Amino acid sequence: MSSALSLLELLSPYPPGWGGVLLSGALSTIAISLGAYGIGILIGFAGALGKLTGGRPLVIALDLYTTAVRAIPELILIVGLYYAGTDGINRVLLAAGLPPIEINGFVAAVTVLGIVQGAYMTEVLRGAILAIPVGQIEAAKAFGMRPSLRFRRIVLPALIPNALPGLANLWMSVTKDSALIAVVGYQELALATRLAAGNTKHYFLFFFAAALLYLAISLVSNVIFGSLELRFRRGQAKNA
Amino acid sequence: MNFSWVSTYWPLLAAGAVQTVLLLVISVVFGFILAIGLALAQINGPRGLKWLARSYCTCLRGTPLLIQLWLLYYGVGSLLPLVPGLRSSFLWPVLREGFFFAAVSFTLNYAAYEAEVLRGALLAVPKGEIEAARAFGMSRAKVLRRIWLPRSIRIALPTIAGEIVLQLKATPLAFTVTVMDLYAVAYKVRQDTLLVYEPLIVVTVFYVFLTLLVTRAFKIVEAQVSIRR
Repeated sequence: MSSALSLLELLSPYPPGWGGVLLSGALSTIAISLGAYGIGILIGFAGALGKLTGGRPLVIALDLYTTAVRAIPELILIVGLYYAGTDGINRVLLAAGLPPIEINGFVAAVTVLGIVQGAYMTEVLRGAILAIPVGQIEAAKAFGMRPSLRFRRIVLPALIPNALPGLANLWMSVTKDSALIAVVGYQELALATRLAAGNTKHYFLFFFAAALLYLAISLVSNVIFGSLELRFRRGQAKNA
Repeated sequence: MNFSWVSTYWPLLAAGAVQTVLLLVISVVFGFILAIGLALAQINGPRGLKWLARSYCTCLRGTPLLIQLWLLYYGVGSLLPLVPGLRSSFLWPVLREGFFFAAVSFTLNYAAYEAEVLRGALLAVPKGEIEAARAFGMSRAKVLRRIWLPRSIRIALPTIAGEIVLQLKATPLAFTVTVMDLYAVAYKVRQDTLLVYEPLIVVTVFYVFLTLLVTRAFKIVEAQVSIRR
């Protein structure tokens, strides 16, 4: 039956075309990436501030976290965290005398990728904070700003231009890492594509279409980050 | 924690490690050669070639390696048997294997990232050194071979070490196309013994060890060729 459909029909958004499956896969890829990126930024800020101002045990623990995440292959991290996470929660529930739950694939994917992103974010944000001229922070202290106020008014606005290139790279890598979620079985773009290809036997067509969708995501993100950088660098001296 | 399975599975683990290292070496060596061409084409190739090299890098850096691998293995792989005569030719035993597709897609992907690194490094070589070589009467090819390329590779060395580690961390993807690499061994052990974490831990130790090996090797090379400006 599938051979009777033309290529365009196969890609049409309505059944029997598989375009809709691919597009909803792309949407969940974007959703997973956004969620993981958000969690990553939160972990990253906490981690960076912890590394810069925390006590020795905290610094050692954070170092262990960032080094481990960056030394272990992403696939192993994702598979390991996925099983350890779902397993761990169910063990806690069992110990509390509650029935085990089925963990939502989306939540698991976002959490796992977020933890991975957090390690990289920690380093990017730490570098960006260190790159702020010391005088600016000393001036804020001299004005009598509390640490929280200083962070909000001085450190945060000053670190954004420093961190943007690194943040852009991390966004690109999370959109691509989210494809690895396919291996543990949550349906995002990569798995949706495999499904469509396997069902119709048009492997080349669908993987090519998926590649184009990923490429579109990166190109659009490039434009967005380019304009963000332009906006946050306004008023800064330009290099010749 | 139960590690008793290691005694029965160690030959498989060793074979997996060999597959992983083989994939890494093949993709890095051939990828690097391809990257030199891509970087040079981007810097001073004719306009068509420049555009082609640039779009190659954008496309391969803009899509996940997993999709590239599957496009090659399932997509191109499903088209290959349609080529007349290929099935009976001597190439078929190679073309049938997941390893071949993994090696090709990792090479192409590595080349795209490495080309960007080299492009930056080629531009970072001080102009005076190239002008001096030209003044000595070296031809363009000789300048490239003796001065420009060696200098830029030295400049890029720390980044190249990082890229190789990233490539090593990408190799487990090969297990999705039936390659029996390190990660695939861990997967098999899990299926056979129902142990989830122990095989992952053992395999992770292998990967971290390989990472240390790569970084150490590059430290030694960097110390040999000191850089002065």
